[in-house]
Amino acid sequence: MSTVSMTSAEPDLLYSEEEEALRAAVRDLLTDHCAPADVIARAESDAPHDLALWKTLADGMGLARLLVPGEHGGQGATHREAAVVLEELGRAVAPVPYLTSAVVATEALLACAGDAAAGLLSRLASGRTIGALAVGLHTAPGGTFGAVRLESGLLHGELTGIADAAVADVLLVPAQDGGLHAVEADDVTLTPQVSLDLTRPLSALSLDGVRGSRLGDAGPAVHRALRAGAGLLASEQLGLADWTLTETVRYLKERAQFNRPVGGFQALKHRLAQLWLEAAGLRAAARSAADALAGEQDTDVAVAVAQAYAAPVAVHAAEEALQLHGGIGMTWEHPVHLYLKRAKADSIAYGTAGAHREALARLVGLEAP
Amino acid sequence: MTNTEELRRRTGELLAAHPPATTGRLDFLKARFDAGLAWVHYPPGLGGLGAARSLQAVVDAELAAAGAPDNDPRRIGIGLGMAAPTILRHGTEEQKRRFLRPLWTGEEVWCQLFSEPGAGSDLAALGTRAVREGDTWVVSGQKVWTSSAHLARWAILIARTDPDLPKHQGITYFLCDMTDPGVEVRPLRQITGEAEFNEVFLTGVRIPDAHRLGEVGDGWRVAGTTLMNERVSIGGMRLPREGGMIGPVARTWRERPELRTHDLHQRLLRLWVEAEVARLTGERLRQQLAAGQPGPEGSGMKLSFARLNQEISGLEVELRGEEGLLYDDWTMRRPELVDFTGRDAGYRYLRAKGNSIEGGTSEVLLNIVAERVLGLPAEPRTDKDVAWKDLAR
Repeated sequence: MSTVSMTSAEPDLLYSEEEEALRAAVRDLLTDHCAPADVIARAESDAPHDLALWKTLADGMGLARLLVPGEHGGQGATHREAAVVLEELGRAVAPVPYLTSAVVATEALLACAGDAAAGLLSRLASGRTIGALAVGLHTAPGGTFGAVRLESGLLHGELTGIADAAVADVLLVPAQDGGLHAVEADDVTLTPQVSLDLTRPLSALSLDGVRGSRLGDAGPAVHRALRAGAGLLASEQLGLADWTLTETVRYLKERAQFNRPVGGFQALKHRLAQLWLEAAGLRAAARSAADALAGEQDTDVAVAVAQAYAAPVAVHAAEEALQLHGGIGMTWEHPVHLYLKRAKADSIAYGTAGAHREALARLVGLEAP
Repeated sequence: MTNTEELRRRTGELLAAHPPATTGRLDFLKARFDAGLAWVHYPPGLGGLGAARSLQAVVDAELAAAGAPDNDPRRIGIGLGMAAPTILRHGTEEQKRRFLRPLWTGEEVWCQLFSEPGAGSDLAALGTRAVREGDTWVVSGQKVWTSSAHLARWAILIARTDPDLPKHQGITYFLCDMTDPGVEVRPLRQITGEAEFNEVFLTGVRIPDAHRLGEVGDGWRVAGTTLMNERVSIGGMRLPREGGMIGPVARTWRERPELRTHDLHQRLLRLWVEAEVARLTGERLRQQLAAGQPGPEGSGMKLSFARLNQEISGLEVELRGEEGLLYDDWTMRRPELVDFTGRDAGYRYLRAKGNSIEGGTSEVLLNIVAERVLGLPAEPRTDKDVAWKDLAR
């Protein structure tokens, strides 16, 4: 019978001064270059990603290299800093492949030894190459994932639900030999899927005799990548919930009905106070997951707790924002729909809350009947 | 500024001069108070050294390691958590010197005479009257929900001194001697069967003006200090993982596989996650306070714990099935301490119902979060400028 893991030291749940400075820099940039109206307009085009913004963030500010160690051209920062970046990207529903390339694909490569992985890691760290792990976005850490056939050294098969593959230069593809293979995106036939989340679109991939280079074992690499993705997604969800709450409070102070600001009605005040409580909890849970990933202590439990909690909170915040904005919230021109779509898609990404609760049941010894 | 090293040195000196093995409990506590090691953030001469509050942990750890007696902080929680900070902030030098030492050592237990049958959430509507006769105030009225009144030597009391003013302006704050003639304490039996609270009837109780805390008519502002500290102390306990109400139900789940169902499993896991997140939120708040960046999360901790305690204890009764139909003991008792987790699941379920009422109802706290944290407009107030005597009741 497993016992509950009691951590000896509590996680550091605050933000350091450096992290706050990083936040301010990212937020300033997004305020100037990621206006909601532009995100909506871009979402309707054939190229929903904002690659100019990506270049500034990843190449200009060096954010793509946060998780990469110094010897591979990285900053050797930690998941705590990457989490702060994701909070701000969530606040702006920024259409950039940060989570998928700078976190998930990067973590997959960090799990692989050898020159091929090291070389690719340096390319991703520079921000000039975008990577995508070719595993369906819905997959939970420890979940089963699709793999393509390897025949006479060439890769054959179809994969679906691959986030941000549309802008990837390199795809990290699991194959049935148990390996993870790097494939140049130009060699793969990519079909965009019509996605619920317009700002993190999915694609189907078709590999028809493509040459790849084996990076390492797929199992541990995919597990590590998805665990980091799930853990840091909570910070994106926090940023998203924070934006919807702040914006709704602002609107309800301005909007008058029955000769009073709508925000003065107790029925609405209690709903907003409840959301604030949930967001405060999400902040603690997201910080705990980021700190655990950075320190590799109690990580599985911290990530599962954060993801079991984050999705319902982010979706609730976006749904309340829509309802409390009234009719304007239902329109295409108001950005709240971008947040609702991202929040709902995030509730499936890297495992649903239910999948994380199941993982938790095993981790803390609360087995099912 | 007092630092860790100096505190360790002073603690060592205290232990050397008063070895716990050969010193009586009360003598040790008095010596500790006089050494400024009782609450190190209090001023010198009043049990402290004017040090940072976070340094108390250094002293506590050293004393615990040496097997020193403690002052049983739970038993004297109302005094420590509410009376002391209010006396420190608003009391005269004479009041501080008279009351703080026996309060801290536990020689004198305190209770809180605030709530009344007609003034609960609307506390400022209270009707207990205090009428001045020379250097004495004559107090009459009824208070309710008074924990520890049957044990208390002193009470913090708010009473109306001017019914012609609007309700917040005519209140004055007093320190009431519970042994005075005219103070009658009656147990108030509650939903759990025990009498943890009391009704207190005040009939012509004579309080000297020297036991008034703060100016005449300034009692509402003084009470603000008490209420703020009350909520902090309710939500502020530090817990390990599974340290709260979720602990007993998780243990039952592990030890009694025959009770498990899929429905209960889903609900248990949700609550386990929420309990862990609430614990982390409390931990984050403490880290903020220690770093000198107090956040508004404190306003929310009590709300979260109240809801969680109720849902978790409700689940536990159901999980126990046939046993959930039973109750451990309906005997009327008058406990010295409220034991939230020590009795059976049925007791926890019933007692937790009070968590969303005592110390500010959840509805009032949600308003506080909405108005003070989110800055939303206040409810329209129809009672603000009306004399208390003209209010509807």
